[in-house]
Amino acid sequence: MSERTIDLEVLRYDPEQDDAPHFQTYRVPYREDWVVLDAINYVKDELDRTLSYRWSCHMAVCGSCGMLINGEPALSCHTFLRDYPDKIRIEPLQNFPIERDLVVVMDDFIDKLGSVKPYVVPKEEKDIDDGEYLQTPAELARFKQYTACINCLLCYSACPQYALNDRFVGPAALALAHRYNLDSRDVGRSARDDVVASNPGIWECSFVGACSEVCPKEVDPAAAIQQMKIASTADYFMRFLMPWKRK
Amino acid sequence: MSRRPYVRDLSKTGWWLNQPRYVRYMAREISALFVGIYVLILMAGLLGLSQGEVAYEDFLETAEGPVGLIFAIIAMTFAVYHTYTWFQVTPKAMPLMIGSKRVPGPFIVAAHWFGFVVVSVALWLLAGSQT
Repeated sequence: MSERTIDLEVLRYDPEQDDAPHFQTYRVPYREDWVVLDAINYVKDELDRTLSYRWSCHMAVCGSCGMLINGEPALSCHTFLRDYPDKIRIEPLQNFPIERDLVVVMDDFIDKLGSVKPYVVPKEEKDIDDGEYLQTPAELARFKQYTACINCLLCYSACPQYALNDRFVGPAALALAHRYNLDSRDVGRSARDDVVASNPGIWECSFVGACSEVCPKEVDPAAAIQQMKIASTADYFMRFLMPWKRK
Repeated sequence: MSRRPYVRDLSKTGWWLNQPRYVRYMAREISALFVGIYVLILMAGLLGLSQGEVAYEDFLETAEGPVGLIFAIIAMTFAVYHTYTWFQVTPKAMPLMIGSKRVPGPFIVAAHWFGFVVVSVALWLLAGSQT
């Protein structure tokens, strides 16, 4: 009996040779316990050393190996061959320029991530000798799910608003802004609002919800953005009701 | 080695057609259009009411005619779909916490449907008692 195989249709792009990307098919052995990343590693090791792609941990923690698998943004280390037919189409993440093969240019996201100050802005700086900024389990529970983001960019790849307007700050960066806004040790919300509560910030989101559907870590960026819209709307009305509290 | 990143094309009008979740999203957004048109029709009815019995009877005749009825059924379908999608996302926009435990999403959705039914029945009884 001949061994079962899988055809991987991989989008290739060589900036030094190609004017446009094209598909190349590789036939790889099927293994019950293989994920798509294993199959791509097989191609790299055994069939074609020129194939470029990012990966590192192979356990859905590093966030490097996101790709379109049959049109759906997914971590290739988290997607089993056994859940697919004998032909799988693999493309680089949508909505980002292709650097080479499956590698995308993610500079835009890195800039946006920095712009939302994704770190605790404390009320007053403490000396290391003065100990930690303490927090109760209930305070932690308010934002814990948003700390699970691994910056894999699947949400940006799924987001049609980002596809149509690349000025949109986007799901992951906004979810992280929300994570720090909710943190009891943080007072950085008004500093973040210049970016977050702007038109290209939360108000560019029309709640398609695709970001949350593809998120491999159940961060739910769509929820974070809607909650910030409510908070921002409340801010707007509070400025009229209590003008003396203007920040 | 030179960098020459390739940017893929995106159809500005057809982007939502080949992905079921985008089609569902567009259906949800378009449902608002039908709800909006129905509100305009109701306002036309109010205007007729303010202009006297003849004008109001004219409005009722149009609204209860075949075109009016067919539109009402379509608008009703979209309004129900709109309501359904709206309630489905409420746990995301309004997460409730009791202590450090999150109230499960289905409870929040069910609470909205319960409120919807209570208000609808109350309005139905109120409107019924006026005729």
